[in-house]
Amino acid sequence: MIIEFGHFTLVLAFVVALVQTTLPLWGAYRGDARLMAVGDPAAVIQLLLIAASFAALTYGFVTSDFSLKLVVENSHTAKPLLYKFAGVWGNHEGSLLLWVLILALFGACATWFGGNLPARLKARVLAVQGSIGVAFMAFMLWTSNPFLRLDNPPLNGNDLNPLLQDPGLAFHPPFLYLGYVGLSMSFSFAIAALLEGRVDAAWGRWVRPWTLAAWIFLTIGIAMGSWWAYYELGWGGFWFWDPVENASFMPWLISAALLHSAIVVEKRESLKAWTILLAILAFGFSLTGTFIVRSGVITSVHAFANDPARGVFILGILGIFMGGALTLFAFRASVLEAKGVFAVVSRETALVANNLLLAVSAFVVFTGTIWPLIAELVFARKLSVGPPFFDAAFTPFMVVLAIILPIGAMMPWKRAEIRRAIRPLRGALVLAVAVGLLVYAVQTGRSALGPVGAALGAWVLMGALIDLWTRLGRGSVGARLGRLTRLPRADLGKMCAHAGMGVTIFAVAAMTAWVTEDIRTVKIGESFALGGYEVTLAAVNKVEGPNYHSTMADMIVRKGGVQVASLHPEKRMYPVAGMPTTEAAIDQGVFRDLYLVIGDAQDDGGYAVRSYIKPFANWIWGGCLLMALGGMLSLSDRRFRVAAGARKVAAMPVAAE
Amino acid sequence: MMRGLVLALALLASPAFAVQPGEMLKDPGLEARAREISRNLRCPVCQGEDIDDSNAPISRDLRLAVRERLVAGDTDAQVVDYVVARYGEFVLFTPRAEGSSLILWLAGPAMLLAGAAIAYAMSRRRAVAAEAEGLSEADKARLAELIEK
Repeated sequence: MIIEFGHFTLVLAFVVALVQTTLPLWGAYRGDARLMAVGDPAAVIQLLLIAASFAALTYGFVTSDFSLKLVVENSHTAKPLLYKFAGVWGNHEGSLLLWVLILALFGACATWFGGNLPARLKARVLAVQGSIGVAFMAFMLWTSNPFLRLDNPPLNGNDLNPLLQDPGLAFHPPFLYLGYVGLSMSFSFAIAALLEGRVDAAWGRWVRPWTLAAWIFLTIGIAMGSWWAYYELGWGGFWFWDPVENASFMPWLISAALLHSAIVVEKRESLKAWTILLAILAFGFSLTGTFIVRSGVITSVHAFANDPARGVFILGILGIFMGGALTLFAFRASVLEAKGVFAVVSRETALVANNLLLAVSAFVVFTGTIWPLIAELVFARKLSVGPPFFDAAFTPFMVVLAIILPIGAMMPWKRAEIRRAIRPLRGALVLAVAVGLLVYAVQTGRSALGPVGAALGAWVLMGALIDLWTRLGRGSVGARLGRLTRLPRADLGKMCAHAGMGVTIFAVAAMTAWVTEDIRTVKIGESFALGGYEVTLAAVNKVEGPNYHSTMADMIVRKGGVQVASLHPEKRMYPVAGMPTTEAAIDQGVFRDLYLVIGDAQDDGGYAVRSYIKPFANWIWGGCLLMALGGMLSLSDRRFRVAAGARKVAAMPVAAE
Repeated sequence: MMRGLVLALALLASPAFAVQPGEMLKDPGLEARAREISRNLRCPVCQGEDIDDSNAPISRDLRLAVRERLVAGDTDAQVVDYVVARYGEFVLFTPRAEGSSLILWLAGPAMLLAGAAIAYAMSRRRAVAAEAEGLSEADKARLAELIEK
């Protein structure tokens, strides 16, 4: 009964979304305030209905209702409760329901926090947001209904894919979807602005928090996914350039560009058309990502159910939204006249360069991802594009970006002098070169990746710190630190995010260049040397988990005779899914991770053992968290809060009507 | 349908033991080269895995073949050619920059140049337009007003 209720509320939400799309849009066109006002309650009602639907599906999973096809395919009574919850979105249909739930949540947020928006703009934003909801709920109801029942329910389910039974992965999709779907807000604002034919500083200020929020969620989501891959897939890689990873990375790059260009719109009323285009493209890449994950056109390890009908439907959605938006853009972009002029050397130009590099790198990732498809369709060549290509084709743009970042960040608006902008950074430059040379001297006969990456990371990080230092004004250290709290949060956020970028660049280069790897057969009781450590395989035990059998090794790591860590790498077998997984054991340190993996028993009675020393591993995700933290600081900036406060004042006369 | 996903993931991640200790060469220099080459060779039956990480029997055969050729004295390029001649360019993770694949390699740099050219042209036009415009009537009136004060 509860399941049917959830199904019914989903259909109702679809109808409400139809109303939300049509009436406010018509009202905005006619100037009818009553029709425009429909958008607000419709957005909230849509959210409540979808939330009810989501709750019903969750109920089905938690109570293991095996009359529900989706639960049979993705759950099992023995599965831990956490993964019964996570199982709701660990599959195509359920994850779509989460997708539309978040979409509706953003729509409702637009009405809750959008009190200071002009009525007409808000009506249009809500209508566009509603139309995305219509498209995706139609997709669900017609091709991917999560509420389908089975005639003959089985006694138990097929279990969730064991790889997904991990806390890191349980919460990674919601964050990623918050990011993907959050970009729909920037899209809705862009379309609404094109319909209005007006983009001004206020628009820049309204659209930025939404983009910022989406970008923060994407950053966290991608970092979590990468962290999961690092410890779960068993060879300690953190990024595989897999089509689905790329699908999340492209919107991240574009939204990072959008964040920066929206600043130019807000502060200088320039780059308007470009910002609108980026907002459209950012969501376009989100939809492309959805298409890649769910159509099965591009084979990927993450690919969900491969059903051609679904692929065609999503391609249709992508075509309608992108085609429509870009056509509208082509007709209306000329209306958006730029106001602020700027010299060739200025912060505006630096931000244009940032945008260009980010957009081009996203484009490179995009080309590489879909190239096998194009090569086969157009040139009848079956070929592959993998990590070595992306490393070679993508990295140069990031290197250039990292070089110009600290300089651009300190340039004044409108007109600048290169020499004056570089002057405060001389220290950082010297230090970065020194770090690079030092690294080069210490490591002999290895690739240039280490020194160059270390120097770039130091340059960006020091640049961010010097930027902060100069912003604190003159005077003693104490006086400067005293001003720290008075600095606008947006500035603090900027420096924090840039510093995070520096840390991540450094860590990626360091870990890739200086990893120590050891693969060997080890008998129980045997020891071997790994870097400066001595690793002993003390024992191998059989352990029973709640829904798996485990082969757990007991390994002791010593340094100079002193025990550093006792680690327990596992090989698990999930009998229901008939699938093994490896659970690496990691001793995390500030400067290095010890990473041990136990493999199959060998013929001679030993076990295959892989062990790594991964230098600066945690810094990769630490840098990502710094970037996300920077975003949050920026999001809490006074100018957004003041705008939110102004809403209450503005809302009063409306209430009095 | 879900079987597709499970299968895909199983192929990727089932015992993440790829290169077995027994397969490795005694000579660390040769072995390092073998690993480097393996990273660029795709397992022909898996979902986007290189033969170094893959668990499929064919990947094992390829790993052994690569090592055999190296021991026989082939250069890295010769080893790759040897594998490509038998399995086609599908097994190469880095498409060779020739023929239609040139488009793939040049797409990024070309777009960067085009973008930079457009950005430069736009900024020139804008600067010229701003100079030509000078002050608008409203601005002049406001200026006069300010000077009066």
